[in-house]
Amino acid sequence: MPTAQKIMDPDQVRRALTRIAHEILERNKGVEDICLVGIRTRGAVLAARLKRAIEQIEGKPVNCGILDINLYRDDLTLISHQPAVRETLIDFDITGKAVILVDDVLFTGRTIRAALDALVDLGRPSCIQLAVLIDRGHRELPIRADFVGKNIPTARTQDVRVRLVESDGVDDDVVVEERRSV
Amino acid sequence: MLLIKNARIINASGELPGLKDILIEDGKITRISQGLACDGAVVMDAAGKAVMPGFIDLHVHLREPGREDKETIASGSRAAVKGGFTSIFAMPNTTPAMDTAQVVQFVFDQAKKVGLVNVYPVGAITKNRDGAQLTEMMDLRRAGCLAVTDDGKSVMNAGLMRRAMEYAGMAGLLVMQHCQDPSLTGAGVMNESLVCTRLGLKGDPVVAETVIVARDIELAHYLGTPIHFMHISAARSVELIRRAKKEGIPVTAEAAPHHFSLSDEAVKGFDTATKVAPPLRGMADVVAVKEGLKDGTIDCIATDHAPHTQEDKELDFDAAPPGLIGLETAFGLVMKELVDAGILTLPQAIDKLSFAPARIAGLADKGVIAEGKDADMVIMDVEKEWLVRRDDFCSKSRNSPFIGWTLKGCVDTTICGGKVVYP
Amino acid sequence: MTEWTQKHLLDLDDVSRDEIELVIETARSFKEVSAREVKKVPALRGKTVALLFFEPSTRTRVSFELAAKRLSADTLSIAASASSVTKGESVLDTALNIEAMNVDAMVVRHQASGVPQILAQGTKTVIINAGDGCRAHPTQALLDVFTMVDKLGPLDGKKVVIVGDILHSRVARSNISALLTMGAHVVVCGPSTLMPCGVEGLGVEVTTRIDRALDGADVVMALRMQKERQNELFLPSITEYIREFCITSERLKKARPTALVMHPGPTNRGVEIAADVADGAQSVILEQVTNGIAVRMAVLYLLLGRKTE
Repeated sequence: MPTAQKIMDPDQVRRALTRIAHEILERNKGVEDICLVGIRTRGAVLAARLKRAIEQIEGKPVNCGILDINLYRDDLTLISHQPAVRETLIDFDITGKAVILVDDVLFTGRTIRAALDALVDLGRPSCIQLAVLIDRGHRELPIRADFVGKNIPTARTQDVRVRLVESDGVDDDVVVEERRSV
Repeated sequence: MLLIKNARIINASGELPGLKDILIEDGKITRISQGLACDGAVVMDAAGKAVMPGFIDLHVHLREPGREDKETIASGSRAAVKGGFTSIFAMPNTTPAMDTAQVVQFVFDQAKKVGLVNVYPVGAITKNRDGAQLTEMMDLRRAGCLAVTDDGKSVMNAGLMRRAMEYAGMAGLLVMQHCQDPSLTGAGVMNESLVCTRLGLKGDPVVAETVIVARDIELAHYLGTPIHFMHISAARSVELIRRAKKEGIPVTAEAAPHHFSLSDEAVKGFDTATKVAPPLRGMADVVAVKEGLKDGTIDCIATDHAPHTQEDKELDFDAAPPGLIGLETAFGLVMKELVDAGILTLPQAIDKLSFAPARIAGLADKGVIAEGKDADMVIMDVEKEWLVRRDDFCSKSRNSPFIGWTLKGCVDTTICGGKVVYP
Repeated sequence: MTEWTQKHLLDLDDVSRDEIELVIETARSFKEVSAREVKKVPALRGKTVALLFFEPSTRTRVSFELAAKRLSADTLSIAASASSVTKGESVLDTALNIEAMNVDAMVVRHQASGVPQILAQGTKTVIINAGDGCRAHPTQALLDVFTMVDKLGPLDGKKVVIVGDILHSRVARSNISALLTMGAHVVVCGPSTLMPCGVEGLGVEVTTRIDRALDGADVVMALRMQKERQNELFLPSITEYIREFCITSERLKKARPTALVMHPGPTNRGVEIAADVADGAQSVILEQVTNGIAVRMAVLYLLLGRKTE
């Protein structure tokens, strides 16, 4: 039986996001030149929550978009299960902006690599910063996060599972478990 | 001299009681009896097999002269004997066409050199088969022709057809008509039907066949001279011929094995081996052709063996020439689709393959196993099943839609003119 | 969500509603890509798509070529005229030669029905039908359905009228197939000489009366009328065709005010469709062209953007 270990509950997720919102504002000195871009699916949920948190703190609107990175994956021809491509919804210009890229779990870094490629095709941001809820290590590319909700040391044989109420229909939680054999 | 022992003899008229011995001398059947012995005769044992009169195919394309890459008289003869045929009628759409005594003589000479089966060249009705002027039919008759046709095309000019029937009657030649009005066929490559609509292929309607059948029935009625309809494919044609026969009009008809074995659904994979003229028809037509064979409306089975090279058949469906090879699969299809399906008894099947075509063509000494008749016969392993394989054909061509089919009824030995010609 | 399982795209006869919806969803994403400043994504980097056109068609070829390029695939355009066939090379032979150059997909256009199917059986390469004879033009029908769904929402019960030479139209056949799958009510209208045998057996309503056909229509699709049909004895004259069947603004009033006017192109203005209708507010003819690229990108991505054997 896989042993599942609960790492975060809804309160912990909420506090982590609130902290990240503050850190983003502090680092960028306000909201004037920033925008949020969440990676489908859970990164987009987190980006939307960060947008609300930031707007609440600053009382000013912040642009927030959704990025689908499937067309930029480096493993398309290696996997037989084809990911469904969905729309990238970014209805603002990212050129000259500080883009805060948001994802749920940072692992090998390959997803972020794809997202960086996708972003530069969309415009020329002044900088790109990375915000993740979980950093679990095991990077395969020279990528690091600027804002981290929680660092979790894991083994490669483990899975980190993030569930959020908007995307998964259950209370927020983060669980580490042994990988189910496939 | 050849002595066949323990023969279960099946004629169109039925099976002879018990096992008989057949003595063959000088190409003729001289005695049929029990317990025959003859010094110096080669003895064959037919125990467990059926002995039938050799099959007679009124409709074969041997392609020689002109397209020896598709078939030759030699390869076509080998295909014939493998299928149990001992007499085949060679169609005149060669290059040059068989429209003169010289070309007819050439075919006779080639066939004699090969020496496997009786080959009867069929003369053209019109010079170069172009539907304009009658051939010298008296000369063709003297050269040995028994029949004339412009097969591949209908004689479209009704006035010319009338003269052809009158003149052929004088010459003692059977007139055989390929029924297909090109103005109705147009660019059609398959039966005009819902299947054709789905496949987006151009349709060749049933009426392209039936207008010619109807017209020629009227000509035969008016003139009182016989007409033979080739490869009847449509239910409506069967009905027209049935009525004509009831009225006593001198018409005969043949059906090809593919027209009772396959419907236009077979075209779905765009296999060009299913492209044939007239085209494979709808299921109701297939049923009607079988019904016509059963009730005698359709007198005989003829293969319309039409070899084409792989290069020709590898073209797209529109461009590929029509036709499929049939000599080697004919009996197996008759067994599978007609005898085993309860449409015909085995003697009735032999009538369609041997006796009736001999009668239509006027071959008085063929089509039956009896004393005094020609020693053309086939020893058949009736129950033996075999797989149709691409590499096993004796024909030079491979354009068969039946490759991969399991058929029943396997030729053991073919004897033509008292000589074993197969295997 | 449904996955794309077909190896080739030959026709739409066996493509399910779920699969058509997947193409539409995927095409929506690609339409967004095509609207970007940088109209290119790396999804098919390293793949080679051969465009094998035995019948000339600038529009379809260019649309496929752009689609492939926007996915970063390399393209190879071969105008295989009838000349190579007369030299004795069969269609399959031509395809096998191109396959030997390790292409990943062949987009095939041929004047004879069934050629893509023959190539799918005879080669190992992914075959995409870009129009064969009078049989099928699946990407055209998919882009038409995409355009309709985009404008009208789900097509269940929507009345789609196809007007013109149904007999010779692969566009009509593929659209009938796709539209029925999507739940639309399909009406075909045209001269009786240009109706395929037994077409009602496909599940469409058939009429030769244009006013009845257009009555309450949600979509009016005009087909190209070839002038040759007159010499081929299908029509007494093009003038009479225009009088009876041309989509004019007067006739269009019979359709719903929101009805879309479509045409697979290229249009014969003043023949099957009046110029003011083709350019009018209800016309989505140019949008069809735009959507064509997105749909072809979707098809290429779904067929090639995964591990293939």
